[in-house]
Amino acid sequence: MSARADILAAIRSNRPPGATDLPDIPVFTAGADTDLVAEFSRRLIQMGGKLMQSGPEGHPWQSARNMVAEAGVVCSMVPELPGNRTLVDAVPASLQDIDLAVLRACFAVAETGSIALRATDLGVNAVGYLAQRLLILLDPADIVENLHRAYERPEFHEGHYIVLQTGPSATADIEGVLIHGAQGVRALTVLLQAG
Amino acid sequence: MKRVHVDHAEGRSKSLAPDGPAPEREAQPRGARIRGNRPVDHAEAAERFLAASDHVSFHDKRLWDLREKRDRESHGIAEWEELRGLASGIKEHALTRLDDYLELFEKNAAANGIVVHWARDGAEHNRIITDILRAHQATLLVKSKSMLTEECGLRPHLEELGIAVIETDLGERIQQLDNEDPSHVVVPAVHKLRSDVAEVFARTLGTDPDNDDPAYLTEQQRRSNRPLILDAKVGLTGANFLVAETGAIVVCTNEGNADLCASVPSVHIVSAGIEKIIPRAEDLGVFVRLLSRSALGSPITQYTSHFRGPRAGGEMHVVLVDNGRTARLGMAEFWTSLKCIRCGACMNTCPVYRRSGGLSYGATYAGPIGLIIDPTYNRHKYSLLPFASTLNGSCTAVCPVKINIHEQILSWRRVMAENHEPKLRKRLSMQGAAALLSRPAAYRAAVDAGNAVLPHIPRFVLYNPVNAWGKGRDVPVVPGQSFHAWYKANRK
Repeated sequence: MSARADILAAIRSNRPPGATDLPDIPVFTAGADTDLVAEFSRRLIQMGGKLMQSGPEGHPWQSARNMVAEAGVVCSMVPELPGNRTLVDAVPASLQDIDLAVLRACFAVAETGSIALRATDLGVNAVGYLAQRLLILLDPADIVENLHRAYERPEFHEGHYIVLQTGPSATADIEGVLIHGAQGVRALTVLLQAG
Repeated sequence: MKRVHVDHAEGRSKSLAPDGPAPEREAQPRGARIRGNRPVDHAEAAERFLAASDHVSFHDKRLWDLREKRDRESHGIAEWEELRGLASGIKEHALTRLDDYLELFEKNAAANGIVVHWARDGAEHNRIITDILRAHQATLLVKSKSMLTEECGLRPHLEELGIAVIETDLGERIQQLDNEDPSHVVVPAVHKLRSDVAEVFARTLGTDPDNDDPAYLTEQQRRSNRPLILDAKVGLTGANFLVAETGAIVVCTNEGNADLCASVPSVHIVSAGIEKIIPRAEDLGVFVRLLSRSALGSPITQYTSHFRGPRAGGEMHVVLVDNGRTARLGMAEFWTSLKCIRCGACMNTCPVYRRSGGLSYGATYAGPIGLIIDPTYNRHKYSLLPFASTLNGSCTAVCPVKINIHEQILSWRRVMAENHEPKLRKRLSMQGAAALLSRPAAYRAAVDAGNAVLPHIPRFVLYNPVNAWGKGRDVPVVPGQSFHAWYKANRK
């Protein structure tokens, strides 16, 4: 018999007696008066992320443009903030010298301070991990209250990849001392900007 | 929503090391001595760990710190207990229909272009991975942390065949370079002090032996890993959850190393135990909320990645592994241990684990959950492990999927007794205890007598080589009255 047939047969003969129902899951939301932007911002910062203030009135892109201008090698999936390196169709390992990647998140989660990126938001998945820093644009209207609301979203049923990123790469594997930039990005900055 | 302060990543700790100039370096205690199939002697290894005072004191505080962070974060969620109940219910349901959900997962994953393999045991798992590596002429595998690959012995198997394996998680890499197993499922090198890591890195990576700054050591590891990740044709990750409804594989890390292993090489292999199945995408809401809060006291891991198919131009495989799981499913008293999501909360809270270190268990899984999983692999070799517990029930109280861990530990003791395991000394004193515990009146008489006598027993009677229990413990303060006597006097 194949391993597949053997394993399935073993499960059928060893299955615990009695079947239980799959429970319904409440959404556990607090209500419409929750300030999602405030909660998202608080959690993002707590998890090591940074929040960028929009530029002065009439120049909302100013701070982001400055960040791009000061960076070295930049690639971007955001037309308003073009980079100097083409991302689409790049071989993943060729992105190892990227200093800053500019991406737009498809939604965010207030409860955890996470932003969601699909393969189509990343261009090449590896850029989300090989770049030294990320600048993430997020429409405040796309913040959901908690993870139950997040997993109702259609993005989890489409495409080949989606990640919830919460702050930068981090480790505390040596004596519990927190270090950002363990393996992936050293910094993650979010700019709230309607898309 | 409650406002609570939490730390992030792998549970940042306040500095726990003593102030002042670095004291003379205490040698790191090593784990249990493995002698073929002979029973692993946890108590012997624990004794050596306890003798290393700097190590045991840091280890104890660091893990208790994680337990306190877990409490703080879970108390901030009103529905915490309801979430535990839901998680337990979802897992029990999925395990009672595991065959159906595995077939559904396979169908959905295959429809998205993932190649699904099945492995009866570790050897079959290792063979499948070797074949994939050979098909791509790969001589290097970069991987993220996976307890399953530890179970299967993947690394030594591949190294014997001349294929280099690089662990990319910092803690796991430290352990690999020091030729030790991980001592904890979430923080693999938690039993090491920074001075131990500096010594390992100086010896293996050529770093400055006098620099034990964690930031320096972490940066050195990043720099040594990165060229290897860029070169690798094949990467491997574990899996935290397999979603039957969407064919998704979910991986949670803080360092982002699993995503590097999955997104840079052109081939991504996932090693997954069959019990990782959950039915629906919405079930992830429950488990992701519980996992990192239970493990480290952070609201979520920095990266929660959902893979539903190969990346553009890439190839993706998943190996569904049994390795003893279907046998465990048939054990009436122990099958619910398959609900485990490997958060490590039971280890962080366990007084025995905190004071003996994970390597003292001499098995893939340490701590309370290890005591009930390890004997399913080898009842003789791990026959002493169920005795490495105080049965205080703290493990059960913190388990996010409500496994009755301490009751299963007790059940294993009964199984071992029926199998005449363990032998000799421990059994002699157990027989006395069993006779006592089976007769309530005799037990109460003994408790009253003991309480009267205990304060007057000379220490050498309790702390002698025949009484293993006395090691590392002090005489408890005896209450003036037993609970039973108090209850009799006060129940009106």
